[in-house]
Amino acid sequence: MSSTEQLTEVATEAAEPTADVKSTDVKSADAAAATASGAADDAAALGAGLDALETQAVERTPLRTILVSKVVPPLVAIALVLLLWQLAYAAHIKRPDLLPSPLDVWNSLYNQWLEGTILGTIWTSLSRGALGFLASVVLGTPLGLLVAKVKPVRAAIGPILSGLQSIPSVAWVPAAVIWFGLSNATIYAVVLLGAVPSIANGLVAGVDQIQPLYLRAGRTLGATGLRGVWFVLLPAALPGYLAGLKQGWAFAWRSLMAAELIASSPALGLGLGQSLENAREVQDMPGVLSTILLILLVGIGIELLIFAPLERRVLRSRGLLVARR
Amino acid sequence: MASVVTDQLPSPVLATEPPAVTLDHVSKSFGRTGAEHPVLDDISLSVAPGEFVCLLGASGCGKSTLLNLVAGLDRPSSGSIEVPGGRAALMFQEHALFPWLTAGQNIELALRLRGLPRAERRAEAERLLALVRLGGAHRKRVHELSGGMRQRVALARALAQDAKVLLMDEPFAALDAITRDVLHEELTRIWAETNISVVFVTHNVREAVRLAQRVVLLSSRPGRIAREWRIDLPQPRRIEDAAVADLSIEITDQLRGEIRRHVQH
Repeated sequence: MSSTEQLTEVATEAAEPTADVKSTDVKSADAAAATASGAADDAAALGAGLDALETQAVERTPLRTILVSKVVPPLVAIALVLLLWQLAYAAHIKRPDLLPSPLDVWNSLYNQWLEGTILGTIWTSLSRGALGFLASVVLGTPLGLLVAKVKPVRAAIGPILSGLQSIPSVAWVPAAVIWFGLSNATIYAVVLLGAVPSIANGLVAGVDQIQPLYLRAGRTLGATGLRGVWFVLLPAALPGYLAGLKQGWAFAWRSLMAAELIASSPALGLGLGQSLENAREVQDMPGVLSTILLILLVGIGIELLIFAPLERRVLRSRGLLVARR
Repeated sequence: MASVVTDQLPSPVLATEPPAVTLDHVSKSFGRTGAEHPVLDDISLSVAPGEFVCLLGASGCGKSTLLNLVAGLDRPSSGSIEVPGGRAALMFQEHALFPWLTAGQNIELALRLRGLPRAERRAEAERLLALVRLGGAHRKRVHELSGGMRQRVALARALAQDAKVLLMDEPFAALDAITRDVLHEELTRIWAETNISVVFVTHNVREAVRLAQRVVLLSSRPGRIAREWRIDLPQPRRIEDAAVADLSIEITDQLRGEIRRHVQH
């Protein structure tokens, strides 16, 4: 096939003054027409073959590997800490009433269990924490959206919102006590001031990290205005938002303990913070340590039971969680 | 090698319907005063219903800006753009699929935003996936798909908008040659089946000649229409065809000429 035979120019000057249009009329081989119908099937098979070559099966890690790599190390670490603690106790570094043994702390926990107060105390604090956290989500989410998407709002309160995170929530307790007295309102005010900035900032970070391409794709699909927020912006910002929620919970829990510790009154019911303060008043060191242990356990428990699986699910579904080998 | 293969495609020259896209003396500049950085200069172009047009040009010719204007994502500085069929669908070089949704859900979202009732979305998504030959991929996550499969889902999502015009911004530039070849065949087939108008932006001359009925060469900085070629080669073409190669050489020479004009003196 020589090119001069095939390209017959039927050139005409086109309507557009800046462009000249050439027509290329080709008398091609009949072989091309014969293969035309077969070509579509070929393409299908070839495409399927390429897909099969390039697609990788996603394997789930076997349970045994998870046990060995994730569960055993923290257990060993805990055992080591307990061992060192017991050694320090046995060596009489401090008087036994100042440094009780792990067994003393365990007995203190066990006694609280026998008295039947332990679950009630945990529940008082946990329900306050959960309620305060949910209220923080309800307030922090629209606030974060406003700061992320409205430029004047961001300029006005963006830096303040980040700055608020550096104020220890304990600092709010005296102000809250003066405003609300020794009431639940005081406790919730402190929890909100601790958690709302974290949640709002997390959402702002999540929105800032969205690839602009997703927003552009969303707009061409017709997702504008509130539909754009709901169908594109919020789901795209979810990883950052979840990180903010996780931090928000940690701040809510810490703030709650600070508030309960200082604003303790019999009228408020017995939470973990108050029971810590009660144990301190009677110099009950095993009681103090066992309550600290409970505060830690609740914090870790919420993280492990709620936030960690949620985060893993979101990241895995987006292919952002790469199995480490 | 004797028989004459006539053009099997509707000839856009004969079309009496109003154009699917009309650009009338469109210019676009960026910058504070709006005239500092002219990107597009006096572009007049019309695309017939069902026509496949490739816009070809080197860097800085404003190809992507032009597509943004037609897609309604930006406004021209002067001139007018008409897309009578409503919003045009747009496909990007990156797949731009939403990673929080499955392949099928991505398409269903486009259908939902178009206003299709919930009951019809699932079946329509399945139909579109089958059209791009990904019948079993509805529940697949985006990251589980290969590059070629992602672009096919992106094509199905663009088609889900049921637009009269499909704008494609170098959609196959990031793919390997074998996959790109297959997608050229699929795109040609789907275009023939759906009778959609395609405006395909590329810097790959052979790709343009392989696909288009008309190739529009843009000059750079600012982008102007330098020349047009009408290609009456029958589809399906192959990128290796001698006729494709010959025309590619001619167009490449023109393109190089346009680029050489930018040598700093």
